[in-house]
This record gives sequence, structure tokens and C-alpha cells, in this order.
Amino acid sequence: MNKNVTSWSWSLLTLLILFALGTGLWIATKKIDYTWRWNRVPQYFVYLNEDAIVVPADARVEKVDVVGESANVTVLTEYDETLTYKVDADNVSVYQDETLFEGDTIGYIAEWRAGPLLVGLWTTLWLSAAASVFGLIIGLVTGLCRVSSNTTLRQLSVIYVELIRGTPLLVQIFIFYFFLGTVLDISRIVAGISALAIFAGAYVAEIIRAGIQSIPKGQMEAARSLGMNVPQAMIHIILPQAFKRTLPPLAGQFISLIKDSSLVSVIAITDLTKSGREVITSTFATFEIWFIVALLYLLLTLSLSQVIAWVERRLAVSD
Amino acid sequence: MIKTVDLKKIFTGRGTEVRAVDGVTTHIKSGEVVVVIGPSGSGKSTYLRCLNGLETLTDGHIMIDGIDLADKKTDLNKVRREVGMVFQQFNLFPHKTVLDNIILAQQVVRKRNRKEAEDKARQLLKKVGIADKESVYPGHLSGGQQQRVAIARALAMDPKIMLFDEPTSALDPEMVGEVLDVMKQLAREGMTMVVVTHEMGFAREVADRVIFMDHGKLVEEGTPEHFFTEPREERAKDFLRQVL
Ligand SMILES: Nc1ncnc2c1ncn2[C@@H]1O[C@H](COP(=O)(O)OP(=O)(O)OP(=O)(O)O)[C@@H](O)[C@H]1O
Ligand SMILES: [Mg+2]
Repeated sequence: MNKNVTSWSWSLLTLLILFALGTGLWIATKKIDYTWRWNRVPQYFVYLNEDAIVVPADARVEKVDVVGESANVTVLTEYDETLTYKVDADNVSVYQDETLFEGDTIGYIAEWRAGPLLVGLWTTLWLSAAASVFGLIIGLVTGLCRVSSNTTLRQLSVIYVELIRGTPLLVQIFIFYFFLGTVLDISRIVAGISALAIFAGAYVAEIIRAGIQSIPKGQMEAARSLGMNVPQAMIHIILPQAFKRTLPPLAGQFISLIKDSSLVSVIAITDLTKSGREVITSTFATFEIWFIVALLYLLLTLSLSQVIAWVERRLAVSD
Repeated sequence: MIKTVDLKKIFTGRGTEVRAVDGVTTHIKSGEVVVVIGPSGSGKSTYLRCLNGLETLTDGHIMIDGIDLADKKTDLNKVRREVGMVFQQFNLFPHKTVLDNIILAQQVVRKRNRKEAEDKARQLLKKVGIADKESVYPGHLSGGQQQRVAIARALAMDPKIMLFDEPTSALDPEMVGEVLDVMKQLAREGMTMVVVTHEMGFAREVADRVIFMDHGKLVEEGTPEHFFTEPREERAKDFLRQVL
């Protein structure tokens, strides 16, 4: 009971502090005379796009036929062609027997479209997902090389890991784009994904290596003593156990990858960050957009943590 | 069945050299139960691990059913499936249920189908007395139960030889008996067994032959009656004075 009360009051204090911080920020922006324009933000998620339908030549409206939500407009052109156009029923701009000149609008088709923020979010999502998958594969292979008995494989994997971990991702992205992109003639998207995947792969390799080495030697010996060869023992015994142990650090790595993917905006890939920048140039709602962009990244990373937590619970049955 | 000829295993590292097994020559016949005893660090485990190729030999030969393990052309995986091994630390696979522990290698190595492997596993679990635990994970079993699962797992491969490395040393005293009983039953059924143990009672009761090792060398071998009552070697006498 008592404990409950104190825990409650501490939570209250947390809320108070957050509230104070928020108020502070608000007052600060008041001082610099910034007008918040949150109402401008939603249209950059989704917007209603109206496409005008025009006649290609002088014509006369033969018939306006309303079918449910849409209308079929039939016109007879000066060249005696009969053409039918489909437009939204409540957006018809012509009437029966009206004479139209070339380029006149018959009506509109309105359609919800994803705005730049949503498109950017999607780009970031699939970019990170692709880089994660390749990064996991690269990391797995490198991690296995790292613990292999072959000296060359071991040395190559060490060199790779050290090279990647010792240089900034931003520089790697530039190298991938300007150097490899030119030499191998790869697109910016491929360059971006490769740079992220190879970057993540180096860290994943270290995580996998640590995971494999954390499995007691007796497991491999037991598997070998039953007649399994090394690949069989790895697949059935070592890797499943290592995977379970490495799941938390791997999750952290992939969450980092989502955030690091914002760096590919420097090679003009329109991910969430770049979309944010583009929206700002047309709205000047700088503060709002950056807050929204941060929130969207948070949304991605939190969802990923949730998925990983679920997998972890599923794997915990053998404990 | 098993012949070791001048078997040597030398560990080298940081300038030091440990002669873990130093010239052991012996012949273990089919159906024989051999108990290996000796002080700590005398090379018993290393000797046993050489017998199924978990350690590469430095020198000498091991012939199992006429196949030389020292020969580079020998497929060790093929040999290992004929030689079962039970470890001091059980080494069960913690991410698999008891049943799956016993099934896995049958499927992967012996290429048996699931049904066949399950039947075999259930029959062996019954034999070692834990038929009711098949869907439990090893972490939920007592040490004695885990070791019996480990024995069943090794037996599922239909080995011709079973190696035991101190199978009861990690167990609480009240569980030693249940594991030794399973081993005694195996011995009665005519399994060829090499057992490293500190259980002198087991050695006396079950062994056909006792091998005493010290500093990697086979110091003395003989029947249990001979070894426990009138050992020739001074080192064996010292050792027996300490353990008995
Ligand atoms: N992998 C290894 N690397 C280096 N030295 C080793 C290795 N394995 C064993 N040794 C050494 O070889 C010697 C024999 O070890 P072994 O484990 O075979 O003895 P043991 O008779 O089984 O002892 P215990 O009764 O304590 O199990 C010891 O001195 C040990 O330190
Ligand atoms: Mg030992």
C-alpha cells in the first residue's frame, strides 16, 4: 500500500517535470515569435489530388451519364470522333449540348495520394529492412568466418570488421556512392543499401561471434560425439542457441540501423529525413516537421522493439 | 574392438608442453567393460576423448574395428557415430525437449525418419526410466535425470562402444545410484564400455578390467580383484590408499 503511494507520487513528479519542460519550450518559442502551423502538416501525409480532364479538340457534349459516384461524359469532336471520359460525379464542369473548345475542362478525378512524409517513411522502412536482411546475412557469414579454423577466413573477416568499425558511416556512404557507384555503375539506392548493409554486417558479425563463443564447448563436443559434422552441429545446435542469446544486441543493432539510415539522405535518396527537409522548404514549418520526423522514427524503432520482445517471449519456453 | 598403440597426446601452449597421454598401449575387446582410474590430471579424459576423435592424436594409432583414427583418410564423423560418449556435464541440448535431444542426431546423422526415431527414443527413455519426461526441456530435470537422457541420446545411435567420462561426478550423491544402475544394465547386456570414474564400487562390481593411469602413462592394468587387493605399482598403492 505504502509502496504504491510513493510510486504514484514519483510518477506524478515525472509528469510535472515533463510538463515544466514542455512549458519551457513553449515559452522559449513564444520569445522568438515563431508561429506554429501544425495545420499545415497533415497534407504532407496524405492529400486529395484533383486531376483535370480536358478535351483534346473542339467538341460538343453529347451526353452526361451519372453512374453512382462517377459520371461518363460523351463528346463529339470537330473531327466527328465520339469520345467518352470518366470523371467524378460531383465534379462535372459541363452540361448537355455545351460547346467546348480545345483544352476546356470536362471534370475532375479526385484521389487520395500519399504525401512526401508518408512516402519518405515508406522509403526509410524498406531501405532499412533490405539493409537489415543483407546485413544479417553478411554478419552471419562473417561471424562464422571469424570463429572458423581457417586462418585466411579469420584474417579477412577481422580486416573487414576493423575497416568498417573504424570509419564513419557517413564517409562510407560517400565512398559507396561516389567511388563504387561510379566504378561499378550502381544506382544511389543500391549504393545506399549496400553501405548500410555492409556497415551493419560488421557489427552483426561481432555480435554473432560473441554469441557463438558464449555457447559452452560441451555443446559442440556432444554434437560431434553423436557423429554430426561441423555444419550440422552449427545449424542444429550452436546457432539456434546463439541466436537466442544474441537477439537483444541484434535488435539494438537493427534499431540503430533504422536511425543511421537517415544518413543516406546525403546522397539524395528521398528517405524520411530528406522528405522532411523538402517539406520544410515549401512550408517553413521547420519546428513542426522535424518534431514529426523524429516521432515517425520513434514509431518505427518502437514497433521493432515490440516485435523483438514478442520473439524473445516465444523463444523463452525452453528456459 | 579398440586397440591403442603407443598413443600420445601432447598439448603445447605458451612454451609449456603437457604430455596428457604419453604412450598408452592397450586392447579393449568386444563386450568388455574397462574402468579407467587415476589421479586428477593424469590424462584419463584426454585418453577417452582421443578414442572418439574429439582430440587429434599427436602420435600413435587407435584402431576401432580395424579403422585407424590416425589415418588422414578416415572419416571421423563415421567413426563417432559408432562410439557413444557421455560427459560429466551431461551436455544436453538446452533448446530441445528431451525427446528432440534423442531424435535429432538419429535424423541428421542416421537419416532415420521421424517416426522411427521417435519410437527408438521412447523405447530408450523407458529403458533409462524417464518415459514420462519426453516433452520436458533439460533445464527442468534433475542432474540424474539429465545424465540418463544423455545416455539414452548416445544409445539411440546404436553405438558399438560407449565411453563415459566421470558420468556421476557432477551429480548429487542421492542421484549417483540411478545413473550407475543404468550403466550396470548396459554392461550386463554386453555393451563394450570404457568408463572413467571415481566410483570404486562400480569398478569392483562391473569392470572386467581396471586401467590405472598417472602422468599420461598406463601404469597398471588388471582385473578388479587383482588391482584392488594386490596392486604391484607403488603409485597405484598410493592412489588406492587415498581413495579407499
Ligand atoms: N585443451 C587442453 N589444452 C591444454 N592442456 C590440456 C587440455 N586438456 C587437458 N589438458 C591437460 O592435460 C592433462 C590431462 O588432463 P585430463 O583432463 O585428461 O585429466 P583427467 O585425468 O581427466 O583429470 P580429472 O580427473 O581432473 O578429470 C592435464 O594436465 C590438463 O591440464
Ligand atoms: Mg577428466
